[in-house]
Amino acid sequence: MSDTKEEKVYSYFLGCLTPNRYPGIEAATKKILKKFGIKVIEMEGASCCPAPGVFGSFDLVNWATLAARNISIAEKTGTNITMTCNGCYATLQEANHLLSHNKELRDIVNDNLKKINREWKGNIDVNHVIEILINDIGVERIRNSVIYPLTGIKVGVHYGCHFLKPSKVRGHGKAERPTILEEIVEALGAESVDYKDKPMCCGAGGGVRAFQKEVALDFTRDKILNMKEVECDCVMTPCAFCHFQFDAGQKELNAMYNTDEFNLPVIFLTQLIGFAVGLSPEEMGLDVQLTSVSPLLEKIAKIQSK
Amino acid sequence: MLLGAEILITREVIKNINPEFCDEFIEKAALIFGEEEAVKIRACIQCGTCVGGCPSARRTAYRTKKLFRLIQLGLKDDAITSEDLWLCTTCYTCQERCIRAISTTDFVRILRNIAFENNHATKPHLYVSNLLFKFGHAVPINDDIKKVRKKLGLLEIPPTTHTYPEALEEVNKMCEATGFKAKVRANEKAIEERSKGA
Repeated sequence: MSDTKEEKVYSYFLGCLTPNRYPGIEAATKKILKKFGIKVIEMEGASCCPAPGVFGSFDLVNWATLAARNISIAEKTGTNITMTCNGCYATLQEANHLLSHNKELRDIVNDNLKKINREWKGNIDVNHVIEILINDIGVERIRNSVIYPLTGIKVGVHYGCHFLKPSKVRGHGKAERPTILEEIVEALGAESVDYKDKPMCCGAGGGVRAFQKEVALDFTRDKILNMKEVECDCVMTPCAFCHFQFDAGQKELNAMYNTDEFNLPVIFLTQLIGFAVGLSPEEMGLDVQLTSVSPLLEKIAKIQSK
Repeated sequence: MLLGAEILITREVIKNINPEFCDEFIEKAALIFGEEEAVKIRACIQCGTCVGGCPSARRTAYRTKKLFRLIQLGLKDDAITSEDLWLCTTCYTCQERCIRAISTTDFVRILRNIAFENNHATKPHLYVSNLLFKFGHAVPINDDIKKVRKKLGLLEIPPTTHTYPEALEEVNKMCEATGFKAKVRANEKAIEERSKGA
């Protein structure tokens, strides 16, 4: 199965939305990483990251303490952490960064962790699954592994906010005009289509979905309509929370506006790669999403039968 | 006539002033983001770049720069009781663009921490907090998803706090050690008292 020279190992931090709402993202990601020779191990007893805009907004010391507890689970195995949610990435990457730069905070957090016989040591990194795809696997290897090119599929790329921002902490360069995800999309043979307000937030973050769902959905409405305006076949995200907001949000928008126009299939980054390397929609859990992915599947089937 | 109205407004505002609030804010922000970042709250010149790029400001009354002015002026109550404070999605567009390099989004989180500490959280916020205490997850598993997981060949219940009760106990112990759980309970009580008053 594996087609690589050396095996890299990551701790897969599941978080909440990936395992508890979109296990298809978990399944597709594990299959894709395995295919490229990346081993993932489970983080037994991990909790919510905790959500950066929710629990970070309530009590940042508590947020940093729970994040450090999660990080300490992976530290025991000496493996870097990866994840499939920008929220989890934001929390674990930022907490790791703050704890390594701020002794006062580190002392408070480690004093707390001592009560459960844990310690944040600061000896591992936190990498979004995008970083594995780009740095460990590489766009060229992804391109060379394509069995079913997604020629003719128009993809609306949605980065989500927290992979790139705040750029000073994330360190992936400027956040205004990124190209990383577009390169992966094009390597699969699909077309990444620019749309109005492309970098805009999905609306769910910062506790806004929990606090005022109509406001969150108004963001989502704009994003979806802007992608439909340029005839995207799907929206692709690297974030389980954005994925949830687009998938569940479109169902909610249809009910809210008494319409059925919110019908844009929602695909996770590793699921789109999955199509190109021959995984079925069922083995990626796409048959159980709230917004049907059928229109995309039909178009892909048509392309692949040619 | 007009002059009189202006004086009235000024008096109203001055009554609520809390001159130490900006220092309190800086102290709180310094603990998390460091002193060098924290003092930049004084550097905001109300240029409005934050509001210009803010997707929330396009559709709501939320104004980032207004919150910062309230902090600078020591108008603590106005800053922490405004429901608008909770309309930032933390997208960081303003933080990327701030011409004074202020950690604007991080400061919104600090201000929310102060609001939470002063019992101005809302019911949905306390609801998700209780999910964390009960399950260790803000979004817990359900029976439908268990079936999907099984079909996909994954562990039916993820190997998280859902599987390990001792791990959930650790999460709760931490929430108690940091005082977070007590803050949630105090907020719940405050909401109950406010609803009685109303």
